[in-house]
Amino acid sequence: MRELAPQVLGVLIRRHGDFDAVEDAVQEALLAAATQWVSSGVPASPRGWLITVAEHRFTDQWRNEQARRRREMTAMALAGPHALIAPEPDDENIAGQDDSLALLFLCCHPALTPASQIALTLRAVGGLTTAEIARAFLVPEATMAQRISRAKQRIRATGAEFRMPAGEERRERLRAVLHVLYLIFNEGYTSSSGPDLLRVELTTEAMRLTRLVHRLLPDDGEVTGLLALMLLTDARRPARICADGGLIPLAEQERGLWNRAAIDEGVALISDALTRTALGPYQLQAAISAVHAEAPSAEETDWPQILALYRLLERFGPNPMVTLNRAVAVAMVHGPRAGLTLLDDLATDERIADHHRVNAVRAHLLEMAGEQDAARASYLLAARRTTSQPERRYLLGRAARLAGEDS
Amino acid sequence: MKYMLMIFGNRQLWESFSEEEFAGVIAEHAKFDQEIKASGEYVGGEGLAFEDEVKTVKVQDGVPVVTDGPFLEAKEFLGSYYIVDVESIDRAIELAAKLPAARLNGVRVWPVMAASGTEM
Repeated sequence: MRELAPQVLGVLIRRHGDFDAVEDAVQEALLAAATQWVSSGVPASPRGWLITVAEHRFTDQWRNEQARRRREMTAMALAGPHALIAPEPDDENIAGQDDSLALLFLCCHPALTPASQIALTLRAVGGLTTAEIARAFLVPEATMAQRISRAKQRIRATGAEFRMPAGEERRERLRAVLHVLYLIFNEGYTSSSGPDLLRVELTTEAMRLTRLVHRLLPDDGEVTGLLALMLLTDARRPARICADGGLIPLAEQERGLWNRAAIDEGVALISDALTRTALGPYQLQAAISAVHAEAPSAEETDWPQILALYRLLERFGPNPMVTLNRAVAVAMVHGPRAGLTLLDDLATDERIADHHRVNAVRAHLLEMAGEQDAARASYLLAARRTTSQPERRYLLGRAARLAGEDS
Repeated sequence: MKYMLMIFGNRQLWESFSEEEFAGVIAEHAKFDQEIKASGEYVGGEGLAFEDEVKTVKVQDGVPVVTDGPFLEAKEFLGSYYIVDVESIDRAIELAAKLPAARLNGVRVWPVMAASGTEM
């Protein structure tokens, strides 16, 4: 049902143009479907059903709005509401597919904050309810409702149109869409510890939406790269958490638990994209993930290849987080000292110098170099600086292990 | 990112307000409430009772021992708090600065630990 959400929304926006009100109407139609289809069965044309019900809700809203205005401005004579025209079950079927993309562009409008882009995308394109999105982000439903309604007001205020942008604007907006999908995936992926299944659903949702974009733009290498990156990352999910919920680093994961089907699909996608489309950062990150995925063990990883890929990635946009990852690759190829030297350069970069990840990587490299005391101090510093509970647990565990070796 | 905005004080401080001042503080809080609810940043918040109402529970030899009042060494106590979900620490600071307590004894902006994390 949820894949119909953007199609139904697209049809109604074309008819009425009022994104804000129409989106509310579609949400109500989806909620009605969720209860009615269970009791009385799925209608012959689910899409036609949703369009008709959403039309009704929109007309009701419109009528109420008119009544309100009539009360407020009694002197004004207003025409009655439009007669409801029941749509053909399968009209505008072809337009439905393209609407999804135009909707994504609208929901990821640059005037919105990332949090608002995410919320609006999940509701208008993903078809999730406000309550589901609120649960996924651990905020009250009223807060999420407010975030969504604000985002819609903002879009209205900017005068943004429901259309496909062209040229450079289209490239920019697609970048924003991919970033939002990446953020949704990450939100779900990083929280996949413990029994919080509701949050894990965000990774599934991000992959579903990215697949949709990939189907619409099969020749865009970055879209393919992002889908491959998600598949390759998510493939590790069964191995990244131990029984008590603790994080397991990549090097120590039980590789037999990795999802082979997801890896095969991700590797096939990225291999294809690398040979026939323009290179980009998502493709490079997917390629790095693919090298890890194909290594039979941490020791047998093709680190020179990973190092080369990180160098390329840095060329697309120097970023201290990428440099930090490159430092690990440098250490694996040229030894921990070389990696630590690179970290010293980062210590002067105020964007990242105090970040707990720098301390965590330093700790790992010091441990590799056999400097147990210094490594332990760095693990403890990183543990103090992270605001993630599982990360803190992991870092304290590493520090405790080193303390144990001393005695 | 979630932050707790913590407002500290004690009975003496709250009681030093005149009735008008107190009404002013309450009105400012109501306005603040409205603002963070409208912006979609509100996660939760409560006002706490005076320190006289506090019980401290300590288990000694497996038996809970209850004493009246908070720990003696503290001079100021948590009076109320908000939890906000904001884009950045800068926004959390901007919000904290709007609270009346920011003009008195300060508001603590305390990061809330996340249950999520990445493998390293």
